[in-house]
Amino acid sequence: MSTVDSELLSNAGAPRGSAKAEPRGHRIRIGDPIFRGLATGSGIFLAVAMVGLGVVLVVDSWPAISGLGTHVLTTVAWSPTTHEYGALAALAGTFLSTLVAMVIAVPLALVIALLLVELVHPKVSRVVGTIIEMLASIPSIVFGMVGLFVIVPFMQDHFVPWILGTPLGSLPGIKPGTQFAGGGVSVFTAGVVLAFMILPFITAVSRDVMKMVPQVTKEAGYGMGSTTWEVMRKISLRYANSGIVGAVFIGLGRALGETMAVAFLIGSVYTAIPHSIFDPGTSIASLIALNFSEATDKLTVSALIELGLILFVITILFQIAAQAWLRRVQRATGGRA
Amino acid sequence: MKQSKRGRLRVAGFAVAAFALAITAAACGGSNSSSSTVPGSVSSSPAASASPTLTPVPLQAGTNVGAGATFPAPIYLKWGSDYNAAKGVKLNYQAIGSGGGIAAIEAKLVNFGATDAPLQEADLTANNLAQFPMIVGGDVVVVHLNGVADGQLKLTPDVLASIFMGKTTMWNDPSIVSLNPGLTLPATKITVVHRSDSSGTTWIFTHYLTAAAPSVWTAGADKVVPWPVGIGGNGSAGVATSVQQLSGSIGYVEYAYAKQTGMTTTQLQNKAGNWVKPSIASFSAAAANANWKASLPSMYVVLVNQPGADSWPITGASFILVQKSQTDAAIAKQMFDWFNWNYTSGASAATALDYVPIPASVYSLIQKQVWPTVTASGSPVWP
Repeated sequence: MSTVDSELLSNAGAPRGSAKAEPRGHRIRIGDPIFRGLATGSGIFLAVAMVGLGVVLVVDSWPAISGLGTHVLTTVAWSPTTHEYGALAALAGTFLSTLVAMVIAVPLALVIALLLVELVHPKVSRVVGTIIEMLASIPSIVFGMVGLFVIVPFMQDHFVPWILGTPLGSLPGIKPGTQFAGGGVSVFTAGVVLAFMILPFITAVSRDVMKMVPQVTKEAGYGMGSTTWEVMRKISLRYANSGIVGAVFIGLGRALGETMAVAFLIGSVYTAIPHSIFDPGTSIASLIALNFSEATDKLTVSALIELGLILFVITILFQIAAQAWLRRVQRATGGRA
Repeated sequence: MKQSKRGRLRVAGFAVAAFALAITAAACGGSNSSSSTVPGSVSSSPAASASPTLTPVPLQAGTNVGAGATFPAPIYLKWGSDYNAAKGVKLNYQAIGSGGGIAAIEAKLVNFGATDAPLQEADLTANNLAQFPMIVGGDVVVVHLNGVADGQLKLTPDVLASIFMGKTTMWNDPSIVSLNPGLTLPATKITVVHRSDSSGTTWIFTHYLTAAAPSVWTAGADKVVPWPVGIGGNGSAGVATSVQQLSGSIGYVEYAYAKQTGMTTTQLQNKAGNWVKPSIASFSAAAANANWKASLPSMYVVLVNQPGADSWPITGASFILVQKSQTDAAIAKQMFDWFNWNYTSGASAATALDYVPIPASVYSLIQKQVWPTVTASGSPVWP
């Protein structure tokens, strides 16, 4: 106790700025600088790792980039034997399956998050929230297998014939194209299972962000006579906007890169762009995964790595877009994150 | 932020230390195949570094290390465990695909490589490899048609190729109906199911289509081909599942797979013009009738469309690749002891798993003509 008193007294008159850096009395508080150094080092290491990853991808795919030019992005024929590496079908399939997944998952996740935060008893909210988080821990290949054995027959035998029978079935984008194979394995099925996989992430983050809306603000809304829906829409969602956008982009990143589940469900048609969401297709990640182990030709390996680089760049571009959007939203709502 | 000079130096120091540690860790972990127990040089060519799925296992006495095709993996593993029970030498076989096996043996990361797609003589000479067939199997065509039982549907090579090219699109097409007068074929669309991953099964099947129906099948013959129509299944299991789920579908899988899952197979017309059903007997007929002698020294034989009254047309052998100059005579002898055991005592295990053992006549050819070329310090490792 006497040590503590003497420390406090000895520093009583010292200026505030120097108190942090100088050791107090006889004790050297080394924790702070160590932590700061380690944190800075980790941050630098992470940045270096990201840049390094990009550099490795570019270097290893250089033979393909220099030899094939833009053919990878603009042609559809994937035939390693004849050195044709057109991955346009894979690009289209990646975008389409991700689009389907986002269209299904984002509204559903927001509704579930709102439900959990605003409408149900906290105990129910906790239980349901835990169940949804458990969904996130299921390995993706299990989703792929369950999708193949349960969802594919359902789509093929019931859902797709039904929807093609309705007026919706003749809209462009839904009307079956030339590669239509029953609708079981298709871009849509892959998108549905992807939606299941990204739902937990978006729900969990949205729910946490919405819980942070100050109770006072919501009560002010109710006090002025707003309905529950009006409070949810105009206060909760608007307050949690940037957090939700962040969550959506996390889900988007996961959907873009998901490999094995999509490989099982999307039909692996490399030679034609899907004309309908019920057509089979392929995605960049599943194309790479299914072809890498048997690719002996250097140019093929390099082309596959180039596809990986393309996916890497696409994901980074989406993240940059997310950051730009978030900044715009922050500025619009007066700096409140 | 007001910090004293000493504070800033401290932060900078720790940051540099952490960074240096990270870089060192990355540099040390980078060369993961540099374990000193791997004999021979680890080639740094892109081909070798592009077999990322193989974990290098130190070559040692007591274990035969191999990698490659998934098609023969069940029988190799069975032989390995039976041999271990008999002689105490283990097998470490990584089924990473034919391409991976070829890359691994070229980089001397394993004792032997296994491939469904044999290498040509030029490739063997360039990499100083010896090649010989180890086991024979067959691919079958499977269909899902209500009212058609196993072994009932008949297809000629031209009709089969036309289906897989997408030219014949309906089951009640006249060309199919004329071959099957006793069956009622529905007016449904044919859905083709092929492999989505690069595979030796595709290699064998497309070689068959190219050999037997060259005017109709124009998509080439390789482990991956640009299929004009059809959806892809992930592995034989994926193709089988897709065919079982989709009514009106047709696909190709390994015989063992079709037999064990009770799928509906078809009859095919072989080169002699006879209708044959897939069976161990018809595969053996194809293997025996092949001209192995003329294929020496590479033993590159594609067993599809072989002559013979009973030959099954889509038969394929799986090959073993070894380095011709072995660095360790004892380890090489250990490996060849296992090979010999497989040929002489492994026949019952092979037929139990629906494979066809290499005929004894072919084995004696291998022993006399191919194995003497494998040497350690100048003298053959076998016998």
